[in-house]
Amino acid sequence: MNEIIESVKNLSIGFNSQTGKQISILRNVTTNIKKGETVGIVGESGSGKSTLALAMMGYIKQGLFALEGECIFKSEDLLKMNSRQLEKIRGRKIAMIPQNAGQALTPNLKIGYQIDEALKLHTDLNKNERDNKISELLNKVRLPSPETMAFRYPHELSGGQQQRVAVAMALAGKPDLLLLDEPTTGLDVTTQAHVLELLRFIAKDTGTSMIYVSHDLGAIAQVSDRIVVMYAGEIVLEGPARKILKEPIHPYTFGLLKSIPKLSLTGLPDSMPGSQPQPGSISDGCSFYERCNLASDKCKNNSPELEYLNNLDTSVRCFNHKDLIQENKLHHSTITRKDTVQKNNNVLNLKDVSITYAKQKFFDQLLNKISDENPTVKDINLDINKGETIALVGESGSGKSTILKSIAGLLKTKDGQIKFINERILSSDLKLRDPNDLRAIQLIFQNPDESLNPNHTVEQILTQPLKLYFNLTGNELKKNIIDLLKKVRLGEFYMSRYPRQLSGGEKQRVAVARAFAAKPDIILCDEVTSALDVSVQAAVLNLLQKLKEDLGTTYIFVSHDLAVVRAISDRVAVLYQGRLCEIGPSQNVYNYPSHPYTEVLLGAVLEPDPDIKPKLVAEDIVEEKPPEKGCSFQGRCPRKLGDICNKEVPPWQIGENGNAIRCHIKINELKNLQNV
Amino acid sequence: MQSDLATNNKQKNNFEKVLEILKTMALKPSGFIGLSILIFHILLALMSPYIAPYDYKAISPNTMLLAPSAEHWFGTDSLGRDVFTRTILGGRTALTVTFFGSLIALLWGGLLGIFCGLVGGKIDDVVMRVVDAFLSIPWILAMLLIVSLLGTSTQVLIPALGFFYGKGIVRVARAATHDVIAKDFIVSARARGHSNMSIIWNEIIPNVRDAILVEGAMRWSWMLLGFSSLSFLGFGVSPPTPDWGLMISNARGLMSFAYWSVIAPIVGLSSLIIGINLTADAFAKALGIDRSTKAPV
Repeated sequence: MNEIIESVKNLSIGFNSQTGKQISILRNVTTNIKKGETVGIVGESGSGKSTLALAMMGYIKQGLFALEGECIFKSEDLLKMNSRQLEKIRGRKIAMIPQNAGQALTPNLKIGYQIDEALKLHTDLNKNERDNKISELLNKVRLPSPETMAFRYPHELSGGQQQRVAVAMALAGKPDLLLLDEPTTGLDVTTQAHVLELLRFIAKDTGTSMIYVSHDLGAIAQVSDRIVVMYAGEIVLEGPARKILKEPIHPYTFGLLKSIPKLSLTGLPDSMPGSQPQPGSISDGCSFYERCNLASDKCKNNSPELEYLNNLDTSVRCFNHKDLIQENKLHHSTITRKDTVQKNNNVLNLKDVSITYAKQKFFDQLLNKISDENPTVKDINLDINKGETIALVGESGSGKSTILKSIAGLLKTKDGQIKFINERILSSDLKLRDPNDLRAIQLIFQNPDESLNPNHTVEQILTQPLKLYFNLTGNELKKNIIDLLKKVRLGEFYMSRYPRQLSGGEKQRVAVARAFAAKPDIILCDEVTSALDVSVQAAVLNLLQKLKEDLGTTYIFVSHDLAVVRAISDRVAVLYQGRLCEIGPSQNVYNYPSHPYTEVLLGAVLEPDPDIKPKLVAEDIVEEKPPEKGCSFQGRCPRKLGDICNKEVPPWQIGENGNAIRCHIKINELKNLQNV
Repeated sequence: MQSDLATNNKQKNNFEKVLEILKTMALKPSGFIGLSILIFHILLALMSPYIAPYDYKAISPNTMLLAPSAEHWFGTDSLGRDVFTRTILGGRTALTVTFFGSLIALLWGGLLGIFCGLVGGKIDDVVMRVVDAFLSIPWILAMLLIVSLLGTSTQVLIPALGFFYGKGIVRVARAATHDVIAKDFIVSARARGHSNMSIIWNEIIPNVRDAILVEGAMRWSWMLLGFSSLSFLGFGVSPPTPDWGLMISNARGLMSFAYWSVIAPIVGLSSLIIGINLTADAFAKALGIDRSTKAPV
């Protein structure tokens, strides 16, 4: 167990900037990977975690080069090898599982053939033995019916299945070290939990060492024996997983863990101020100095060394870690949200809304109607009160973004009505809507890189809505822009910046400011925090809450992350395949009894706590189309009753605390079933 | 990635931006060579009337087909005219006609492409099929038809060339617009209720401008070749105005014993085309659009 399989010594990697300065993005990294051990490398975007992981297989991205140090794998330095020597090691001794298996698999080759290729390269088996090995591997990664699976093409598999095939390919060469670069990031929550469970099983079963790179502490917590925390290109904390997650002795890790919303807590998590320094702008002092609440003058001018603490088996890069040891346990404090909901004051009302992506047939076009018996989104009824945050939750394909789009007028509804304040019906055609209604409903998007025009300055971005809706010009316009920036806590000097000069959190703040520029009544938030780092996510959530409390806005908040939803929302609606499953006040939805789908979702949530294991109650099959008859969840339901679920649409049942569940099982029975 | 880090955080005005792009272009050897050739040609075209040693149309039986010498640097042609004089003057018409032609091509091709990309649907289908139909007509035949109907004046040549070379730009502009159109900032502008014109002007043009400009620069060199072909066939510039295409056409029969009268215009024409091509490539690289790895259509 203690045999070291790969050791990184004093590694620095960097590039030459256009001004000729040498800028390092990894600085003096030293770590060891032991045999049979799973090491999680965690850090926010730009912390250098992927660069480190790739260097561990002797790969350095174009434009970068190793400034000093070595990566020793079985007594040989990978960074000094030529491509021939590396070929012998990669795939056979060190294998990699990429982030997006869908893109890593060759689309025109069958799964079996691609695994066979890996086997041919890395083993001496003959044809027959290889065929047996392929089904053995597919079996090992728990793919259904491995015999037929080998003859399928990558696009015929779901995302989770593709990721499993990638695991099978990586295992083909019986590697000693497996490198996983964010292997579950693009997957749905339930699929993610299944894939992680598989990886943990494989690590135990084969005794392979794994390096698991992720930004997600929840995923890291499930698989890792040891955790390496990266910040601004340095290792700031390294130690046994349990210690790191329960008693972090570095202020960055401490803050990071506190900023992750937890399922068991209501209220918003604490946020960490500031953002990670850019490579090249790192001063002499500690790189975390700017954001640290323990920082002293010593930290400003001296950079702390990585210090090994024998009694804790932990390395830490901080002068003041003793203070944190005394503080001992990580306790989560949350900021309570003020209740701003105005009961019985509806601002938006969705009545029997159905939406379809089906193309109009020729005769339907003439008659100007859409005929689709089985629309993507069906029979959505929602009453939204002023000042409320209502969350739409579900996996990808659950129709949550579709509903947002049709509220915004970007997608026509098939049936049903969307009513605004005073029972006024909003046209489903954007062009027929009153400009004032357009102003009143604003959107914030998932990815601020895409939602801000890269060729506009922040000033130009904020000018667009102000000019369009209020016809502001000159000094008044400028004053308004500065006010808006102040609201989202950005200084006046941001006006002349371009989006590429801002960090992810700052960009999202600008997007928030743009939405508020219209003085809207309703803001539609489409996965607004899922592209952000956790510490930034908490800050944006707090900002949104603050703005709501000040301005009385209503949010419709779409997310796949149940913990985030719990933190921000007053009411939750759970969707599956475009049909509502459960709706109710958020604290009730998160308690049992719940709809079997909510139960599956809640069970799959990954918490940054090694003691809380996900409960896998249903298979992670993905259905492409909603079922034509009966309950929408019939295909995956772990508590399916039988024929009735296939034939009849379940009735709404109201629970004791006001959450409505759409299931054939009686609510009391559900309660008994789920309490066991 | 490198340029964004910590360096230029200051906002730059447009003039500074253009200067910076030119500087980036000039720093690469190919860009430097291309820019030098192009600037040399433009300067020459501007100054040639003042520096030409002889009258370009002075015919003299005494000086027919003289080999290059100190008096006639590039020799003389079959009518006894000085080849050096005619060569340095020969690019003027070609440069002006094709420059304005490319501008017209850029304008109508770019705007139509952006419009089609934005509105999509039936209008897009119809317009693109019409453009495809035009693309299938050999341009030189159509040009010959137009020129023989309307004459060879610049007022005819510039719009005609501009039209035929703009068709390709429509496709490029449409493809570039399609890349941008799916981005959330366009969706956001739509949801806010901006008009199509406002979306084109504020959101799309700043993002597709670079791609279209680069394409326009490439079209310029093709158009130059096309224009010279017309002259070569006798449908471009009318004699005795000096023009490279025409000069090559007139002297090609004498190539075996008076090579100088053909070489000079050939060098003039090809160096200008190479210059424009190199400049366009360097321009594309300076803007971050690499033509070698990404096809525009």
